[in-house]
Amino acid sequence: MTVVSASNLSLTFETNDGPVHALKDVDLSVEQGDFVSFIGPSGCGKTTFLRVIADLEQPTGGSISVNGMTPQEARMKRAYGYVFQAASLLPWRTIEKNIAVPLEIMGLSKSDQRVRIDRVLGLVDLANFGKKYPWQLSGGMQQRASIARALAFDADLLLMDEPFGALDEIVRDHLNEQLLELWARTNKTICFVTHSIPEAVYLSTKIVVMSPRPGRVTDVIESTLPKERPLEIRESTEFLKIAHRVREGLRAGHSYDE
Amino acid sequence: MTSKGKTIPVLTIVTVIVVIWYVCVVWMNAQFVYDQAERAKVEPPAFSQLVVTTMSQDRPVLPAPHQVGQELWKTTVGKKITSKRSLVYHAWITLSATLLGFIIGTALGIALAVGIVHNRAMDKSVMPWVITSQTIPILAIAPMIIVVLNAVGISGLLPKALISTYLSFFPIVVGMVKGLRSPDAAQLDLMHTYHASAAQTFWKLRWPSSMPYLFTSLKIAVAISLVGAIVGELPTGAVAGLGARMLAGSYYGQTIQIWSALFMAAALAALLVMCVGLAQSFVLRRMGEKPA
Repeated sequence: MTVVSASNLSLTFETNDGPVHALKDVDLSVEQGDFVSFIGPSGCGKTTFLRVIADLEQPTGGSISVNGMTPQEARMKRAYGYVFQAASLLPWRTIEKNIAVPLEIMGLSKSDQRVRIDRVLGLVDLANFGKKYPWQLSGGMQQRASIARALAFDADLLLMDEPFGALDEIVRDHLNEQLLELWARTNKTICFVTHSIPEAVYLSTKIVVMSPRPGRVTDVIESTLPKERPLEIRESTEFLKIAHRVREGLRAGHSYDE
Repeated sequence: MTSKGKTIPVLTIVTVIVVIWYVCVVWMNAQFVYDQAERAKVEPPAFSQLVVTTMSQDRPVLPAPHQVGQELWKTTVGKKITSKRSLVYHAWITLSATLLGFIIGTALGIALAVGIVHNRAMDKSVMPWVITSQTIPILAIAPMIIVVLNAVGISGLLPKALISTYLSFFPIVVGMVKGLRSPDAAQLDLMHTYHASAAQTFWKLRWPSSMPYLFTSLKIAVAISLVGAIVGELPTGAVAGLGARMLAGSYYGQTIQIWSALFMAAALAALLVMCVGLAQSFVLRRMGEKPA
C-alpha cells in the first residue's frame, strides 16, 4: 500500500529577494513499511518535503496524498507522528506528562493514556524515567522521549526531521540501532531527514538523494542491505557501495560546488 | 544561603545612607537655626549645640531618621488601628484600593494580551493605544476619572482602584504578549500536527510558557498599583489613605508626617513585591523548574 505519493510536487516561497524554489517537480512514493531517508545539503528541500507531508507547508504545484487523503485530512486524522531536531519537550511537564500531551488533545481516557505511556516508554527504554523532568535527562534521552511522544497515538507513519542531528556520534550510533529495532518491532513507515551518509545508508530501505536550487530529487536508491543490521554492517562492501552511490548522487547535484 | 551572604553588604549600604541622611539633616536644617538666632538678636549656637537643635525641630526641612522612626512607632504601634491617626488605618485604605486596582489591571492586561495574540485586528490596532495611554500623565487623568465616576454615582474605593488599574494593566499587557508568544516554532508546529484547537494550544502551551513573564510583570504592576492608589488620593481631597496623609502633611508643614507616610508606602510596596516573588517561586517550583 502506498502511504505517501507525490507527483510533480513544487513549492515556491516568495521572498523579498525573489522566488525560492524549495521543491521542484518531485515525484516520489513511499510504501507501507518503508524506511525512507532524505539526504542532501542545506536548502535541498528535504525538510520542506517532510513538512508538506505533515501539512505544515502548502505546495504551490503538483499533488500529494498521504494514506490516500490530502495532507490536511491526514493530519486531522492524526495519521503521522512528527519528531523535530530539538526534542521540544515542555519543560513544566514530566516525561510521561509530555507523552500525554497529544493523548489529552485527542481526548483519550486517563486509563488509556496510562497504558499507552507505559508501552511507549518501554519501547524507547525510558521505563524508569517517566516521573523525571526533561532537564533531568541527557540530550539523547530527551530525543528518545520525543520519539515516544510521537509513537503514543499509534500513527502508522513517523516523520523524523534530523532527530539525531544535535547529538554526538556515539549517542547517535546507539539511537540508530534502537530506531531500527523499534521500526522492526512496530512495522511503522518512517520518513527520515538527515545529512549524514552513513546514517542514511545504515537505516534505510530507500534513500532519496536531493540537491538544492531548485530543490529536487536526483537519485532514489533501493537498499540491498538485509533487514537485520548490526552496527558492523557499516564496514561491509555492500554498505560502502551504497554509500558511494549516495555520494556520487550528491556530487551530481553539484551540491558541493557552491 | 544566598540571603546570608547579603546581610553584611545590605547593612553597610543602609549605614552609609543613614550617615549621609544625618549629615544632610544638619546641613539643611541649620539655616532655620541661624534665622531664628538672627531674629532673636543672639549669637548663633556653637556647632555641637547646632547639631542637637537641627535634629529636634518640630517642622524640619528634612526630619532626622530617628524622628521619622519615632513618628512611625507612635502612629502604628502607639495607636489603635481604627483611629484616624493610625498609619496602619491609612495604609489599609490605600492597600485596599491598590489590591482591587491590581486585580482588575491584571485581568484586563491578560485579556488584552490574549486578544492581541489571537486576533489579527487587535494585534494591529490595540498596542498603539495601550502605549499612548501611558504617555498621558497620571496626575492629569486621575482627577478626571474621579470626577466622571462621581457624576455617574460611583465613588469610594472603585475610582481610586481604577487609577491603579490604569497604571498596572500596562506591564501586564506588554509582558503577557511576549510570554504568550514565547513558545518556539517547533512547539507550535507540534500542536498543529496534533490538530489541537486554539483553546488547547493556549492552555497546554501558551499559558504555561508565559508564567515567568507574567510574574515579572506582576511585580512591576503591583508596585505601580500602589503609586496609582496614592496618586488617586492626592488631587481628590481624600480624607484617608497614605496619599491623603502626605497631602495633609504638606498643607501644614508636617514634614515628619510626610516622611513617615512615605516610609510606610515604601514598606508596603516592598511587602507586595515580596508576596508576588513568593507566589512566583511557589508556582515555578510546582512547574518543575530546575533549581538554581
